[in-house]
Amino acid sequence: MRRRRTTIRDHHAESALFGRRVVVALVIVVSVFMILLANMYQLQVKQFETFQTRSNDNRIKVVPLAPNRGLIYDRNGKLLAENIPVLSLEVVPERVEDLTQTLTDLSNLLGLTQEQLDQFERNRKRERRFEQVILLDQMSEAQAARFAARQHEFPGVSIEARLVRYYPYGEALTHALGYVAKINQRDVQRLKEQGINANYAATRTIGKLGVEGYYEEQLHGTVGYQQIEVDIHGRQLRTLEIEPPIPGQDLVLEIDIELQLQAQKILGEQRGTIIVMDPEDGGILAMVSQPSYDPNWFAQGISVEQYRGLLNSRHSPLLNRATQGGYPPASTIKPQLAVVGLEEGTITRDSQVWDPGWFQIKGVNHKYRDWLSWGHGWVNVDTAIIESCDTFYYDLALKLGIDTISEHMYQYGFGELTGIDIGEESPAVMPSRGWKRARFNQPWYAGETVSIGIGQSYWTVTPMQLAVATAVMVNRGGRPVPRLLGAIQDAGIELPAVIEQKPPVQLRNPEHWDIALDGMEKVVSSIKGTAHKAFKGADYTSAGKTGTAQVRSIGQDEEYNAEEIAERYRDNAMYVGYAPAENPEVVIVITAENVIGGGGSVAAPMARELLDFYFAAQQPEETVAANAP
Amino acid sequence: MLPEQQQTSWLQRLHIDPPLFLALLAISVVSLFTVYSASGESIAMTERQVIRVGAAFVAMFVIAQIPLDSVQRWSLPIFSVGLVLLVAVLLVGESSKGAQRWLNLGVATIQPSELMKLAVPMAIAWFIAEQGMPPTLTRLAGAFLLLIIPVLMIANQPDLGTSLLIACSGIFVLFLAGMSWRLIGFFAVAIGSFIPVLWMFLMRDYQRQRVLTFLDPERDPLGAGYQIIQSKIAIGSGGIEGKGWLQGTQSQLEFLPERHTDFIFSVFSEEFGLLGVVGLFALYGFIIFRGMIIAMRAQRVYQKLLAGSLTLTFFIYVMVNVGMVSGLLPVVGVPLPLISYGGTSMVTLFAGFGLLMAIATNRRLVHA
Repeated sequence: MRRRRTTIRDHHAESALFGRRVVVALVIVVSVFMILLANMYQLQVKQFETFQTRSNDNRIKVVPLAPNRGLIYDRNGKLLAENIPVLSLEVVPERVEDLTQTLTDLSNLLGLTQEQLDQFERNRKRERRFEQVILLDQMSEAQAARFAARQHEFPGVSIEARLVRYYPYGEALTHALGYVAKINQRDVQRLKEQGINANYAATRTIGKLGVEGYYEEQLHGTVGYQQIEVDIHGRQLRTLEIEPPIPGQDLVLEIDIELQLQAQKILGEQRGTIIVMDPEDGGILAMVSQPSYDPNWFAQGISVEQYRGLLNSRHSPLLNRATQGGYPPASTIKPQLAVVGLEEGTITRDSQVWDPGWFQIKGVNHKYRDWLSWGHGWVNVDTAIIESCDTFYYDLALKLGIDTISEHMYQYGFGELTGIDIGEESPAVMPSRGWKRARFNQPWYAGETVSIGIGQSYWTVTPMQLAVATAVMVNRGGRPVPRLLGAIQDAGIELPAVIEQKPPVQLRNPEHWDIALDGMEKVVSSIKGTAHKAFKGADYTSAGKTGTAQVRSIGQDEEYNAEEIAERYRDNAMYVGYAPAENPEVVIVITAENVIGGGGSVAAPMARELLDFYFAAQQPEETVAANAP
Repeated sequence: MLPEQQQTSWLQRLHIDPPLFLALLAISVVSLFTVYSASGESIAMTERQVIRVGAAFVAMFVIAQIPLDSVQRWSLPIFSVGLVLLVAVLLVGESSKGAQRWLNLGVATIQPSELMKLAVPMAIAWFIAEQGMPPTLTRLAGAFLLLIIPVLMIANQPDLGTSLLIACSGIFVLFLAGMSWRLIGFFAVAIGSFIPVLWMFLMRDYQRQRVLTFLDPERDPLGAGYQIIQSKIAIGSGGIEGKGWLQGTQSQLEFLPERHTDFIFSVFSEEFGLLGVVGLFALYGFIIFRGMIIAMRAQRVYQKLLAGSLTLTFFIYVMVNVGMVSGLLPVVGVPLPLISYGGTSMVTLFAGFGLLMAIATNRRLVHA
């Protein structure tokens, strides 16, 4: 629109033009406000729930709370595993501006070693599950004080009080208790598969071995949760809601820590095992496997160096010899073999064998030596147990045959897991034709049956199996499942452990038990008994059987001289026994590896010493009971 | 004429327009409450804001007393002084945060671009009013020249947001003066076709990145998109009724950046909800309508154009800030007028309202 220009302004035309433009402008203004308002409606009404959720996600942090792990007591209420508070230095990497610089500064302040820094790096990569990464597992008071004074210089680094597992008896109980250690990738995988990953949201350690591993479910407890309001810096402002964790259940073990410590002391540096078990219910009073190691290393974070040391040690301290060690049973299984012979009618109470000091299969030149090179003369089943005559058992085994022997021995628990309540167990080997075929793809030779008679050849047993087999004798057939757990304490209520029994060994003639048990008693009481010397003068009765196992076969005409051959080829000394003889309270099994001497001279005296201790410890109580009105 | 226009109340004598004054007072109260909440209940910051609002009201009152004839006469000289100051900034200005915007005068540090926010519409309105409405093509060309020089200088500081707002204030004068629709259409098409060129050849990578982030903030939730995502969460989680004053978790827990300055609208929306927003928009709408009415009632072309341009520029502030924090426009760093915590721009804004008050009351005095 063109306007005529005049020197005199046309005010009305100008006002009209301006007015039209204002109207256009206002239409635009109103439209824009409508658009803005429509957008606000979209955000605040239509998408309200989405944004409310995201707002809550921003401000509310759900923090899992780790339950306190259940404690473990011995049968007399002594604490075997506890949780102690430690101060640890923890880092939240996301909140640290310059991690390298911070680590350097902390290093200077607290004197961190390179290994600790490396460990932190590894943890940081590994422990993605947590915001916080531990830099120092346990701070000394001095370190804590030094850090506290300058804490403001280290945002994202803080001192946290945590509970860590502590085993006051250290290596004395490692193979029974096991230990807890950091949850690793495999554990996470397993927990996920079991669908209980969430329960471990705040847990850093998990039971790996022994009782700690086996009763993980009972010991762990239930995770708790805390809803915390946080600001953008992650500062925790207040707790909105809390669901406290439920602590794990406490365990009471059958272990008697005093007896355990005594057993450990008796073995000393000697590699081997000692087991003391209640034959009636399978309760384990003591279970020592030497060498051992300090489980606290694992509970508090083992260093690579320490672990490598354990792993590579020639004496395999990580092996639980009591349940995983495969030892030739040697003569310790002679009482059971005698029962089998009697049951099968191969021998009678009175049958005799002439022992010239060796045994030969008819038509074969090979001589199977008796440990007594000049021979025992005429022996019957009784003397064969008492004096541990080998020739008698060579003969018996050959007559029984491998099939009969292994079939019977399975019933005593040989060749299968005892079912003890720890995960580390080996079935060892009860050989049979089928086993040899599968293992070596070879037929069974009669000569091998002969060696089976004295518990050699392919036959291996774990000390725990020996304890069970001895309990079967004592119980006249009843076969308990060995058990470390005595009771579970849950909120003050004590739930006794379930006592399990395997199918008993049933004899056609129960008198056969008496014959074998009588022999075992005489091993101790008879002047000719192999353990007589060891138990001379004991103020309690007991019974047992010695064993001396070759760990290397000796050539036909070779002389065995323990002092001269390499230590690892020396004999193993074994002893199985029970006491008191007439009413057995305990079964005891001793194995001592590569000793100078044998079952009678090395293992039996150990059993004597421990049983002395066992009965001496009971004395005061009985005296008190007797004196009571 | 109506009889009421014959009367001169004491308010008119003081050059105060009651409806505009009351609306500004109301919105300032809203500002103080919102700043108190957004600053994390900081008494110190709220006190400073009280002082600023007070100073701004005083400035408005003082400027409202200046005779409009003088204002019109001094439009070009003021504009010229502004230009000189801009040149001075270019030569001896002080830098802060990578931009050279300030001039140290010894007694005080001033920001010449703030002066130009008023001087540019004044000068262009004066230039157009010299000849009358609608402007001829030559006048328009001259006006564009007056506009483009300060705009480019400020854009070069760099202060893109301010330069665009100043450009708008000038364009609004020309639009209200009756610049032909054909010419407006031509410029619209020209700018429209310039955008692809801008995108392809003139924009740097990081600038393109910023635009992409604006289009989809979730692309970069921890970086550039963070602000806008948190702002939308704050607004959206406010719902219809809001979380309540001081109860906005997004702002109180500091998830929202720049919450007492550019993003104060998000705090307001979170705590007062859609109902509060409607109320706030009503207040803004009222101020804009009142400003346009003042412009319509003004007798002189210069006054009409200046009042209209100042009012529409105020609207642009609101639109850009609200659009920005609610995700409709890119983040450019424009505060929410009259609400955001901060000094200089508030004083400029109230100076502008002072001019509006002068124009509103001047008309009646003329006819008295």
